[in-house]
Amino acid sequence: MTRIGLPARRFSVGAIARDAVLLALAVVTLAPFVWMVSTSLKAPDEILTTDLHLWPRRLAASENYAHAFAAVPLGRYLLNGVIVTATILALQLAIAVPAAFALAKSEFRGRRLLFGAVLLGLLVPYHAIAVPLFVGLHALGLLDTYAALVTPFAISVFGIFLMRQFFLSLPDDLVDAARMDGMSELAIVWRVMVPAAGPAISAFAIFSVVAHWNDYFWPLIAVSSDTLFTPPLGVVAFRNDDAGTNYGVLMAAATVIVTPLVAAFLLAQRRFVEGIAFTGVK
Amino acid sequence: MARIEIDGIEKRFGRTPVLRGIDLDVAAGEFLSLVGPSGCGKSTLLRIVAGLTREDRGAIRLAGEDVDHLAARDRDLAMVFQNYALYPHLTVAENIAVPLVMRRLTTAQRLPLVGRHLSGSRAAHAAIAADVARVAETLGIAALANRRPGELSGGQRQRIALGRAMVRRPKAFLMDEPLSNLDAKLRVEMRSEIASLHRRLETTFVYVTHDQAEAMTMSDRIAVMMDGAVLQVGTPDAVYADPDDLRVAEFVGSPKINVITADAALAAALGVDATRAPDPDGLRLAFRTEAVRLVDPTGAALAGRVVHLENFGSDLMVHLAVAAAVPIVVRRDPHDPRPRIGETWGLSIRPDRLLVFDAAGRRLRSVVGRGA
Amino acid sequence: MTEMSVSAPADRSIAGERPRRPHEERAAWGLVGPAATLIGLILVVPLIVVVALSLTDYQLGAKAWRFVGFANYADLAGDPVFWRSIANTALYAVAVVAGSTGLGLAVALALQGSGALAPVWRTIFFLPVMASLVAMAIVWEFMLHPTFGLVNAVLGLVGVAPMNWLQNGATALPALAVIGVWQQFGFAMVLFLAGLSGIPTSLYDAAEMDGAPSAWARFRLVTWPLLAPVTLFVVVISTIRSFQVFDTVHALTKGGPNKVTEVLLYTMYAEGFEFFRTGRAAAIAVVFVAAMLVVTLTKVLLVEKRIHAR
Repeated sequence: MTRIGLPARRFSVGAIARDAVLLALAVVTLAPFVWMVSTSLKAPDEILTTDLHLWPRRLAASENYAHAFAAVPLGRYLLNGVIVTATILALQLAIAVPAAFALAKSEFRGRRLLFGAVLLGLLVPYHAIAVPLFVGLHALGLLDTYAALVTPFAISVFGIFLMRQFFLSLPDDLVDAARMDGMSELAIVWRVMVPAAGPAISAFAIFSVVAHWNDYFWPLIAVSSDTLFTPPLGVVAFRNDDAGTNYGVLMAAATVIVTPLVAAFLLAQRRFVEGIAFTGVK
Repeated sequence: MARIEIDGIEKRFGRTPVLRGIDLDVAAGEFLSLVGPSGCGKSTLLRIVAGLTREDRGAIRLAGEDVDHLAARDRDLAMVFQNYALYPHLTVAENIAVPLVMRRLTTAQRLPLVGRHLSGSRAAHAAIAADVARVAETLGIAALANRRPGELSGGQRQRIALGRAMVRRPKAFLMDEPLSNLDAKLRVEMRSEIASLHRRLETTFVYVTHDQAEAMTMSDRIAVMMDGAVLQVGTPDAVYADPDDLRVAEFVGSPKINVITADAALAAALGVDATRAPDPDGLRLAFRTEAVRLVDPTGAALAGRVVHLENFGSDLMVHLAVAAAVPIVVRRDPHDPRPRIGETWGLSIRPDRLLVFDAAGRRLRSVVGRGA
Repeated sequence: MTEMSVSAPADRSIAGERPRRPHEERAAWGLVGPAATLIGLILVVPLIVVVALSLTDYQLGAKAWRFVGFANYADLAGDPVFWRSIANTALYAVAVVAGSTGLGLAVALALQGSGALAPVWRTIFFLPVMASLVAMAIVWEFMLHPTFGLVNAVLGLVGVAPMNWLQNGATALPALAVIGVWQQFGFAMVLFLAGLSGIPTSLYDAAEMDGAPSAWARFRLVTWPLLAPVTLFVVVISTIRSFQVFDTVHALTKGGPNKVTEVLLYTMYAEGFEFFRTGRAAAIAVVFVAAMLVVTLTKVLLVEKRIHAR
């Protein structure tokens, strides 16, 4: 780590002021999380009051969480989230990695055209083509299915672009050596490129999972049956439901939906931060 | 062990011609070096032989068979790369095993976990392990078997790259500057090791290098390439002593050969019958540092003042300023007196070692020396 | 380096100049085939279709439709709500980009010298980036609750009268912007941290030796110029993300009150998926893409200018 200016003087006025500001900002940043969890533990009479306190006088956690799982199929939403994000990620990797390799290390007719299409895809957020995608899925009778949730994201031009950049940085000799050693092109992809591209793949996987676990826009359009709701749809549906005025239960539901990614992030935060920085900077 | 015939290979990158019609015939079991300065096309030629780059025109034959239609992996050649190109995620033993795994095991047998339990798989894996161990033993890297390339030194990585090439019996070995990433001492060591490897394996080697010393010390024959063409092919001795082209003479040999431009009078004084040359006043005369002796300047056809002494311990190189812009370098004969800076000495060139070229650098054999 | 390293990549950069062996061509197409097909089907074709739809009066489910030329665009141009939507999107973007970039940079700089605690701070500030925005939006809604909300309670301690933040025309869009900054600044911070770690320490030593008198002077001399590409990137990516603001609007305000939080993507969503005026929604989508292109082209131009200025 580089430093700005002089080596940190541990107890200087500047350092104390800086830490005070960071602390204040951290309090503000964490406030919604803390308040969410705190409220999810409180009974209604403690919530609907102007008397503020962080820790409930009477712990209502079990009621709130039990109520949340009973009022709507929260477990189902979480399962849907897992199914959808995992399927999307698997498809994206299976399709993007070989393509990225060929774009980086092979010659073939149409390569420039394909790469041009990838760059074009990077420019256009999927929201812009949501209308034709919706019309198309409607025509195919696929709306309100898992397929509708997954299909638009089966291809990730971002994934292709990211992996291609990474493969370009690997020495050509490595590919040539593999060819001389008798590997087919597909074997080179899975046996040489993928193991060597570990950091890039995990960065992309994190990026993809975070994006699709939290995506709200497309599921909102694509599905209407609550058996297919993903977690973000679920929490909003809950809010709009009668139970939504019961803030303790609502915050319990929000906690349940936010927790998986936040927990994963806290467990492997280095990886997450570096992965997101990697996908951002490339 | 196979003969490699390179027939009329042409290649351009964009509009730049890189190879302008290369013909070479590498005998079975021969060690041939492709040597030349950066950009001469030698590596491209090697890659074309390997099947990694496709030629625009011409053909490659291996053991008499046309292989133009074959991809690299189907040509049964092994290649060693300049930066070793080891698989970073595999151990040393696994790296060496790759060519065997790819060739001996079926797709199903190559599957992780499951593969090992298929019928015949156990025996095949055992045979591969034995072969890998044998090669690792030969190269003295058995102790490194479970390490990964990232933990190893350049010399060790180079040995693994060699091991990966040796582990099966390819028709020929292709080596692309395999020593140029090593330090000087290791490079010299590895030279003799590769040469002895060649003797032991009795296989065809095609070796690309920009280092003429490497080519000279290891090869049966060397092919000197420049600007996409082969200028001369021959034994190291022949190329050194009897070059066809001034560029070859200048590229091969260290220290560099002396070259002077001579008019008819000077040429005659040095024993060259310039009248037989097409342009008697535009001759280029070349001679090696060891083909000259320092003599009394009086009456010598060529004389110069000593400007620099280069002491190698075993040899003393004497740099003399003559009329030519570049000083002439002479290897002092141990029996001669030791010259001092500032002294003037005459030069006596052995007529049989004097090489005559025309203004374009083409060798004129009929006017002097052995050819005369 | 020998010519190998020069010539081999050159070899590859000339794709398609001369035919490869057919089976190599086939192998490469085997690798890219699925990707190429899907890019065509779910990217290129929809993009063409969205432009085509924007020239029709198609309504989802309708039996008949006709070509209406630029009527949808003309309609939009005459619709004050649409202009409102564009203005709101721009306002929101300016606020969020400025806020998240500025805060992200400040925090990244502060973290540079903060020693052992730096990873803890970094984790805290990055947390909102990971959390489901729509779920957190609902938490924010509760915190902004006019009667029982945390925000009013805390502000009440310093004498600020309680407000109905999300239902008040003057505060609804700023409130959404604050949520936007809260969610995004950690992302900017991480990019800035990556950029800062790429600045060689020796440059600071040199600045020190050259007599840069203060931390600010060293920042102006070294940090800011070397961070410029990262800053540009952060600004561009935040702008693009801000243009896509939807979750908080849909979950909290539905464009209200009185259209003060009507933003481009929400307008498109409402037209296309609530009123099923597909043609009109497609026209908004085209405008949306055009806005993205303007941002990206501006970035490209700025980058070009930098390169030429060197």
